[in-house]
Amino acid sequence: METKEALFEYVLRIGDDSLILGHRVSEWCGHGPILEEDIALTNIALDLIGQATNLLDYAGQLEGKGRDGDALAFLRYDREYKNLLLVEQTNGDFGKTILRQFLFDAYRTLLLTRLSKSTDEQLSAIAVKSLKETKYHLKHSSEWVIRLGDGTEDSHSRIQSSLDALWKYTDEIFFANEVDALLEKEGIIPSMEGIKNEWTFFVSDIFAEAGLVIPTNNWKQEGGRTGRHTEHLGYLLAELQYMQRAYPDMKW
Amino acid sequence: MKDLNIQELERRFQEKIDNDIKIEPRDWMPEEYRQTLIRQISQHAHSEIVGMLPEGNWITRAPNLRRKAVLLAKVQDEAGHGLYLYSAVETLGADREQTIDDLHTGKAKYSSIFNYPTTSWADMGAIGWLVDGAAIMNQVPLCRCSYGPYARAMVRVCKEESFHQRQGFEIISLLAQGTPEQKEMAQDALNRFWWPALMMFGPNDAESPNTLQSMKWKIKRLTNDELRQQFVDVTVPQAHMIGLTIPDKDLKFNEETGHYDFGVIDWAEFWEVVKGNGPCNKERVDARRKAKEDGQWVRDAAMAYAEKRKIQKAS
Ligand SMILES: [Fe+2]
Ligand SMILES: [Fe+2]
Ligand SMILES: [Fe+2]
Repeated sequence: METKEALFEYVLRIGDDSLILGHRVSEWCGHGPILEEDIALTNIALDLIGQATNLLDYAGQLEGKGRDGDALAFLRYDREYKNLLLVEQTNGDFGKTILRQFLFDAYRTLLLTRLSKSTDEQLSAIAVKSLKETKYHLKHSSEWVIRLGDGTEDSHSRIQSSLDALWKYTDEIFFANEVDALLEKEGIIPSMEGIKNEWTFFVSDIFAEAGLVIPTNNWKQEGGRTGRHTEHLGYLLAELQYMQRAYPDMKW
Repeated sequence: MKDLNIQELERRFQEKIDNDIKIEPRDWMPEEYRQTLIRQISQHAHSEIVGMLPEGNWITRAPNLRRKAVLLAKVQDEAGHGLYLYSAVETLGADREQTIDDLHTGKAKYSSIFNYPTTSWADMGAIGWLVDGAAIMNQVPLCRCSYGPYARAMVRVCKEESFHQRQGFEIISLLAQGTPEQKEMAQDALNRFWWPALMMFGPNDAESPNTLQSMKWKIKRLTNDELRQQFVDVTVPQAHMIGLTIPDKDLKFNEETGHYDFGVIDWAEFWEVVKGNGPCNKERVDARRKAKEDGQWVRDAAMAYAEKRKIQKAS
């Protein structure tokens, strides 16, 4: 595998994470638990869609087949999306959305911090720009995890059950195969091992403060990085792609 | 000061208004002035918030990434407008949550335009162009409204609304100049939103008994019919420019007056929608009520958490 080909695959993965999570969070717009949170969630969705645009445009350049960010976002089949299973999970209640966001933000902040120093200039530039936003998302989601975990009995049990439900998707965050090995050797991406250790420390800390318990059931569900998704993605894509599929080859 | 009788207070109040001196929250004001403003500003705030729903309906289906981002930003702006306006209502001594509950029980109204469904992408263009366009016509004069906090909120809001209007017009003109399917979509959106947009200015002046008092108080600067005419005069040439047809066979430029004459508005429809019988009244209010109910546990948790921290800090 060539570096460029590996980098295309890698940028697609993290671009898809932003796209699919941005889509999910955008579903909250107009329905938030309080007006200030409606604004905050919409802002997060907006940042994620912006990051997806930068990343997928770059992926298109790397691929060199004339596809841009829109072509990649709207015109692939489900098996060609490489996002984490975590980010395609449904919103559930506000607590589940926040917890999903927290698990992702904690990883993404660590990743972007390192990608800011990537030897690939364009990837590093995108990382620098995204990192500022993502740090804010992490602050927002971790504060809410603590608030809900240490709020009322009801909020505690709700967010604990979201943690129980989502935990099995977290191992996939650290998925790495030959793509990662090649890029890591060239200093383009960091090692997943280091990120995993820091992530585990960080989330354990926040969960301790929130009074939440990490599930002991260690079943790990993965597949997103290789294009094997949960049932949820199909419906998400049906909505996301609706206009481009129903009215092909038009300008909007 | 305490010896001043009510007539004297009212005289001084009106004198300030006549001299274009802004009324501020701590100033004395007649109770009816306060109530009129609470009603008007909270209705406006509700309109911003309910207005998020018909456009929010297309965020997940926006046709490309740029349009998706622009639409998200627009709907987020509307939430921000709601926030400033609820703050302005609070300066009058009203309670934000109480006014929101009045919306949920149907006691408080909001702009009827948001009770129409958004069934195609072109509606995102039509709403920005027509609905934000009509909102600007209504709100630019409000920047000079006699009540300070409302006037200042409007200055900020109007800047963003004109941005929305331009984006909406850009969406619909692109469609109007696109493929036959796109052109049909654009015309269909205009057909559905034109008349409801004209209704946004409210009943004819003859049917609008409160206008006179509101004008005297400078809460209103132009009458409903004056604003509506302004809107028609500005919008019709824009439609022509992009090759769309206004769905009004009586529409005609009047050389004598220099204005467009237009057909009779279906006021029966208007009043039905105001009463709650529009195509989406129930869906819109239900969605807002559901958001509040589903969020109750979150707000409770935030309060309980803040309370615990306070106790912890004190000990
Ligand atoms: Fe607005
Ligand atoms: Fe408005
Ligand atoms: Fe607007």
